[in-house]
Amino acid sequence: MDALLELWSGLPSYVRATAWILLVTVAVILSVAFTTLWERKIIGWMQLRKGPNRVGSLFGLLPGIFQPFADVIKLLLKEVVVPAASNKWLFRIAPAITLIPAFAAWAVMPLDPNLVIADIDAGLLYVLSLTSVGVYGVILAGWAANSKYAFLGAMRSAAQVVAYEIAMGFALVGVVMAAGTLNLGDIVRAQAGGVSNWFLIWLFPLFVVYLIAGVAETNRAPFDVAEGESEIVAGFHVEYSGIAFALFFLAEYANMILISALTAVFFLGGWLSPFEGVLAAGHPLAAPGFHWLFLKLFFFLTCFMWYRATFPRYRYDQIMRLGWKVLIPVTLVWIAAEGLMVYWGIGPWQN
Amino acid sequence: MSLQSIAKTFLLTELLTGLSVTGRTLFRKKVTVNYPEEKTPQSPRFRGLHALRRYPNGEERCIACKLCEAVCPALAITIDSDVAADGTRRTTRYDIDLFKCIFCGFCEEACPVDAIVETRIHEYHMENRGENIMTKDKLLAVGERYAALIDADKAADAPYR
Repeated sequence: MDALLELWSGLPSYVRATAWILLVTVAVILSVAFTTLWERKIIGWMQLRKGPNRVGSLFGLLPGIFQPFADVIKLLLKEVVVPAASNKWLFRIAPAITLIPAFAAWAVMPLDPNLVIADIDAGLLYVLSLTSVGVYGVILAGWAANSKYAFLGAMRSAAQVVAYEIAMGFALVGVVMAAGTLNLGDIVRAQAGGVSNWFLIWLFPLFVVYLIAGVAETNRAPFDVAEGESEIVAGFHVEYSGIAFALFFLAEYANMILISALTAVFFLGGWLSPFEGVLAAGHPLAAPGFHWLFLKLFFFLTCFMWYRATFPRYRYDQIMRLGWKVLIPVTLVWIAAEGLMVYWGIGPWQN
Repeated sequence: MSLQSIAKTFLLTELLTGLSVTGRTLFRKKVTVNYPEEKTPQSPRFRGLHALRRYPNGEERCIACKLCEAVCPALAITIDSDVAADGTRRTTRYDIDLFKCIFCGFCEEACPVDAIVETRIHEYHMENRGENIMTKDKLLAVGERYAALIDADKAADAPYR
C-alpha cells in the first residue's frame, strides 16, 4: 500500500491529473446511467408502480439494476438517422457540444477537502461559462435538424436559458458576496463551522431561486418546454435517434448531477459534515469528506425527480414571467439585503 | 394582490402541498402485479378465447341455428350448415375471426345449447397470417382440451343466471 502511494506521488502531475480526470469522468458516466434508472424508479414509486425490475439483479437484490446497460446497448445498436435537409456537420457535432461542458465542469468541483482536479480561483466563472456553452448544443441541434418542431424547441430553450441564467447568476453573486471568493473549494471552506454557517440559512431566498433556476437551466420538468413532448413532439432532439439521442440524454442527466452538486457546494457546504460543531471534533460523523457531498447531491438529484413526478409543465409565457418578473427581482432584493447585512456585520461572513 | 396571496405565492405553499402528496405516495404499498409470475384474479365469466363444446357422450352441441352469427355485432362468425350422415342438422363450417371479434360474449348468450363459449384463456398468440381464423376443428379442439375448466366456470356462474 505504501509502495503504491509512493509510486503514485512519484508520477508527474499531468499523469496524476489525467488519472483523476478519467476516474471522475467514468464515475459521472456511471452515475448518469444509474440516475436514469433511479428516476424511473422514483417516478414509478410515486405513481404506485414498482418501476423497472426486469433486467438483472444482484443476488436477488435490486431487481432491474442492469436496466441502464440494456438501454445503452439498445441505443448503440440503433441507426443514427441524419435528415437529408439538415446541416450535417452541426447536426453531428451538437450532441458533443451539449455533453462536453457537462463533464468538463467537474474539473473545478471540490469533491473532498483535498481533492479537486483543477483548483482554480475563477472556478465559479468557469462553471457558469461552461454551463452556458452547453445551451449552444441544444440551439445548434434544433437549428441544424432543419425541422420546425426542433427549431421551436431551440428557440424556447434559448429564451428560457437567457432568462434563468440571469437569475442564477445573481443568486451566485449572493454566494460570492458571502464567501468573498470565486474558488469553489474556498466557498465550501467559508461555510465551515456547523450548519448555522451554511449559506442555505443566510441566503435562503437565493437558495430557492437557485434551485428553481437550476431546474430551468437543465430543461427539466416542470420547465422542460424545450422538449415539451405534448406540445412540440420532442423539441430540439426530435430528429435525433440512436446514440446521438442518448448523448443528449446523457448530457441532461450529467447537468442534473452537476447542478445538484453545485447546489450542495454553494448552499449546503459541499463536503462539510452537518454534525460539525454539534458532535465532538474527533467524532467520525463530524469529519468532512466526499460522502457528505454525495449525500447532499443525491438528495437534490432525487428532488429533480420528485418535481418531475409532481408538477405539470409550465406554460411558456408563465416561465418567462416567472424568470424575469419574479426570480430576478427577488434575487436583487436579497442581494441588497445581504449587502446591508455585510455592512452592519450581521451573519457569519464578516470575519 | 392581497398580502395573503403574496405570502402564499412566495412561501410556495401549493407547490409544497403537491410535493407532500407525491412524497407520501412514494412510500405507499405498490399496486404493480409482476405479470408472468403474478396474475390478477379472473372471473369465471371472463371472455377470452372461444371454444365449441360437446355433450358428455361426445356429440357436438352446436345445431347450426346461426343465432350467434346473427347476433355477432362485429360479423366475426361465419357458419355453413348441412344435414349430417345421421340426419341431424350440423355445421360444415364454423369460423370465428379473432381479429374481428370484440369479445362481447353475445354469441355465448345467444346460444340455446351452450355450444359456443368464451373461455378464460387469454394468453394465446398467432405466428402466421390466417391463424386468426378459428375454424370448427380448432374451436372443438379448444373445447375438448379445456372441457374441465369450461365446465367448472359454467358451474361457478350458474347460480347467477
